[in-house]
Amino acid sequence: MTDKSALEAVVPPRPVQWGVILVWVLVLGLLAVVGLGLIRTQQGNIGVGARAPDFQLTTFSGSTVDMADLGGKVVVVNFWASWCIPCEQEAVELETAHQQFKDQGVVFLGVNYVDTESEALAYLDRFGITYDNGPDLGTRISQAFRIRGVPETYIVGRDGRLAHVKIGPYESLSEIQTAVNASMEE
Amino acid sequence: MLANLGYFSLVLTFVAALYGAGAAAYGAVRRRPALVESARHAMLLTWPLVTLASLSIIALLVGRHYEVKYVAAVTSNAMPTYLKVTALWGGQAGSLVFWSWLLSAFATAASLRRWERDREFLPWVIVVTMITLAFFISLVIFFENPFQRLWQTLDGRQVSALFQPSGTIPLFPTDGQGLNPLLRHPGMVIHPPMLYLGFVSFVIPYAFAIAALVTRRTDDRWIRITRRWTLVAWLFLSLGLILGGRWAYDVLGWGGYWGWDPVEIAAFMPWLTGTAFLHSVMIQEKRGMLKHWNMLLIILTYSLVIFGTFLTRSGVLSSVHAFAQSAIGPMFFGFIGLTFVVSVSLLMNRWGELRGENHLGSVFARESLFLLNNLLFMGILVVCFWGVLFPLISELFTGQKVTVGPPFYERATGPLWVGLLFLMGVAPLSAYGATSWRSLGRGLWKLLLLSLIVPAALYFSGVTLAGALIGYWLIGFVAIVTLVEFWRGALARHRRHAESLPLAFWRMAIRNRRRYGGYIIHLGVVLMAIGIIGIEMFQTETQGTLARGESLSLGRYTLTYESLAQFDTADGRNVARAVVQVSRDGRNLGDLYPRRDFYYASQQPMTIPGVRSSLQDDFYVLLVGWEPIAQEGATFKIYHNPAVNFVWMGGLIFIAATLLAAWPTREFDGLREAATARAVVARA
Amino acid sequence: MQRSLKVYLVLMAIAAPVLIASAAVQPPPPSDDEVNAIAHQLYCPVCENVPLDVCPTQACAQWRATIRDKLAQGWSEAQIKDYFVEQYGERVLATPPARGLNWLVYVLPPAAFLAGAFVLYRAFRSGGQNSEPLVPTAPDADGDPYVARLEEELRRRS
Repeated sequence: MTDKSALEAVVPPRPVQWGVILVWVLVLGLLAVVGLGLIRTQQGNIGVGARAPDFQLTTFSGSTVDMADLGGKVVVVNFWASWCIPCEQEAVELETAHQQFKDQGVVFLGVNYVDTESEALAYLDRFGITYDNGPDLGTRISQAFRIRGVPETYIVGRDGRLAHVKIGPYESLSEIQTAVNASMEE
Repeated sequence: MLANLGYFSLVLTFVAALYGAGAAAYGAVRRRPALVESARHAMLLTWPLVTLASLSIIALLVGRHYEVKYVAAVTSNAMPTYLKVTALWGGQAGSLVFWSWLLSAFATAASLRRWERDREFLPWVIVVTMITLAFFISLVIFFENPFQRLWQTLDGRQVSALFQPSGTIPLFPTDGQGLNPLLRHPGMVIHPPMLYLGFVSFVIPYAFAIAALVTRRTDDRWIRITRRWTLVAWLFLSLGLILGGRWAYDVLGWGGYWGWDPVEIAAFMPWLTGTAFLHSVMIQEKRGMLKHWNMLLIILTYSLVIFGTFLTRSGVLSSVHAFAQSAIGPMFFGFIGLTFVVSVSLLMNRWGELRGENHLGSVFARESLFLLNNLLFMGILVVCFWGVLFPLISELFTGQKVTVGPPFYERATGPLWVGLLFLMGVAPLSAYGATSWRSLGRGLWKLLLLSLIVPAALYFSGVTLAGALIGYWLIGFVAIVTLVEFWRGALARHRRHAESLPLAFWRMAIRNRRRYGGYIIHLGVVLMAIGIIGIEMFQTETQGTLARGESLSLGRYTLTYESLAQFDTADGRNVARAVVQVSRDGRNLGDLYPRRDFYYASQQPMTIPGVRSSLQDDFYVLLVGWEPIAQEGATFKIYHNPAVNFVWMGGLIFIAATLLAAWPTREFDGLREAATARAVVARA
Repeated sequence: MQRSLKVYLVLMAIAAPVLIASAAVQPPPPSDDEVNAIAHQLYCPVCENVPLDVCPTQACAQWRATIRDKLAQGWSEAQIKDYFVEQYGERVLATPPARGLNWLVYVLPPAAFLAGAFVLYRAFRSGGQNSEPLVPTAPDADGDPYVARLEEELRRRS
């Protein structure tokens, strides 16, 4: 599809074998790239049962949380942003759930997606959120989870596999409790 | 009921299209004219059927049948009726039906022509158009069904299906979500259909090209048959692009008309290959050369049409224009891959039979200049294609998302556009066959010198930007060459046929519409180029927060903030509308009303500029922000866009001239003309 | 020990001009135009393909506020862009930085164009030798080759 292969047509016909091969390599290569891209888009976010990606979260307070150190625990990873109106719906409930489950080996992590630090801190303050939160530096974590928007919540089971995925905000505290309880039992 | 009727007619269309394709192919191979005729009848049946389906969708949309999922998604009670009708192409499913409707209409129109001289093309044209139609209809039937109803399960979930799933009750919403606010603009109402028209009509020349390849009739007959189709396709594509630009300028609120967005580029790429094709087919007609190249160009154009549709609909690319993600991506991908691979294999198989009748002569012959033109267009295509594709590649191989934005496209295509402008000036002066650089140079140098007046005048009026001076020089050059061509043609006719000059001019243009229409198109491009250089190189902007009564200046303009009102409207918007007074050099020019609409239903803000337009420049005001309570302070962003109106004027001339070039000539006229010409030559 | 001293010196070198500047005169707050000049070159992942300076979303407004803060702190344009890249990834830049795989973005189109030009050049070379003038260029009665060409084209058109 580059003009090289195309302009081959200008040259009086000379069925050079390598020219034909080149054209096909280009055509098929192109199709392959588009096809792979398509597969990627069609995949959507990481699904239940898949291995959770390893990531390190540098929190706003400066400490580092490493997924690798949290093996054997249930980890609730919540993606949010201060400009995201639906995120506010579940903010208080998430904190309440954190208070309730923190002694049962459940870790809550907030990943702050495409946000500015001052606004993010104000948001955490406003909703009284105390669990570890940090910016998604270079949007690496969100890309690893292939999130489509905020809020999205991923619960990683003790075996390091995703036990539960929620796209959009949780409707109620009980919905969070149900999800976390189910993840703990697996 | 209506929904079932529409769905049923689509299923029938699918069957008819498949039958038509199969019967036509079989009939052609086995030489059974009766079977081909039957296939043609099947093809003629598709248009009424898809029309019926489209009408039932429109009836559902206008009749507020919100129990139909598509209706609930794209219309709401607040929308006026004309928007409800045009919501037919406002969503994924409906626009696919609309696409199919256009395709079946064009296929019908093509099949109604007189086929006596080209019988052998007919079955293969049917095969190509009907396979394409069957593909689009299958997307509608199996994946994106606009007739699906909403149902509620006993546990309260909403599901959509054509027929009542067990354990559900029908759902009757009283209002819908409504069309995306960005699409509620008159420009957006007609922009997509124009693009679709352009896209779809390119299927016909492609079908004839494939027919020519299959039947090994590789002279220029297929090109002559489809010449007007190609021009019409190109006309609508150009119109769609220009309207899209106008829409962006009026509604998107970023001070420009073209943002190199992937979806814009997706529509632009077939236009590029189509334009190259329009030029290079002339070489095949005149000199019997470039047969491979023309085949390749039309195959590319068709593939890019489908590819463009795919890009906008599959969710592969994210863009302001993209439809929501959908399951039809893989289907599209399969179809593109299949048609492209089959077409290219067919072309390679027939490679030897497409031998040119002439060889390239001098570099300065017209055919060579046309080839250079093609090279430049292909260069721009590669830039566009690569720019669109690269983020995908990067994400695949490095996991990093990257943006390939306007600076890339501007820098990479800029020199190519300059080259095209230059060629546009040189090519009309060249002749077919062997031309030496001397004979070309003789005609060239005076005009090149003469056109130096333009940059000189600009320089002394204070323009010192080298790029702009070169650009305007070339623009002046093209304009002078084109006008001189008109003048010389008319003068020659005036002498030869003893016609008055205006009559000679008129007859010349009317008798050779393609040639002189083409020149007028060039003049349209020149006007557009004036505007494009104006806004690209001389746009200025400033932003400021003003208290009531305060002013902000930009160049000779001054803006004074007078008031701001914020209110809700009946159609679900919250509008913040500012009143600003504009003056130039201290003279009051009146008020402008930049505003920000916020659509509650879709939670989307929309920035509508206030624009004061004149021939020389636009003063373009955006309301960026305001203090919600007191409305004392407001932030405005203002742009000064010099010469931008030349883009729209040039666009109008461009479209009108394309219409002229595509306007049917009676065969009779052509024959008489040729006879006169021959007699004259004989006399001489 | 030595290392920390070095770090301290470097820090002072960076901080000193800022400190001095802020002590001497309070610099005027950055204007909207200064903010927009930088914002125009950045893209926010929330609204793709729309430059930051004209994006109407809340997230983008916050980003612009950040640029303003950084400018007020005396950061340079390059520093601010680097900060955004570090925070949100390379996708915030209008064009990918030319390194690694990204070289391909800039190299492939010119390479393809040159390859096309080369093929065209070869076609001219091979065609030029055995070409013969097709259009009769014999001057007609008026001796005006242009008229002859016009008539010739009319004739061929049918």
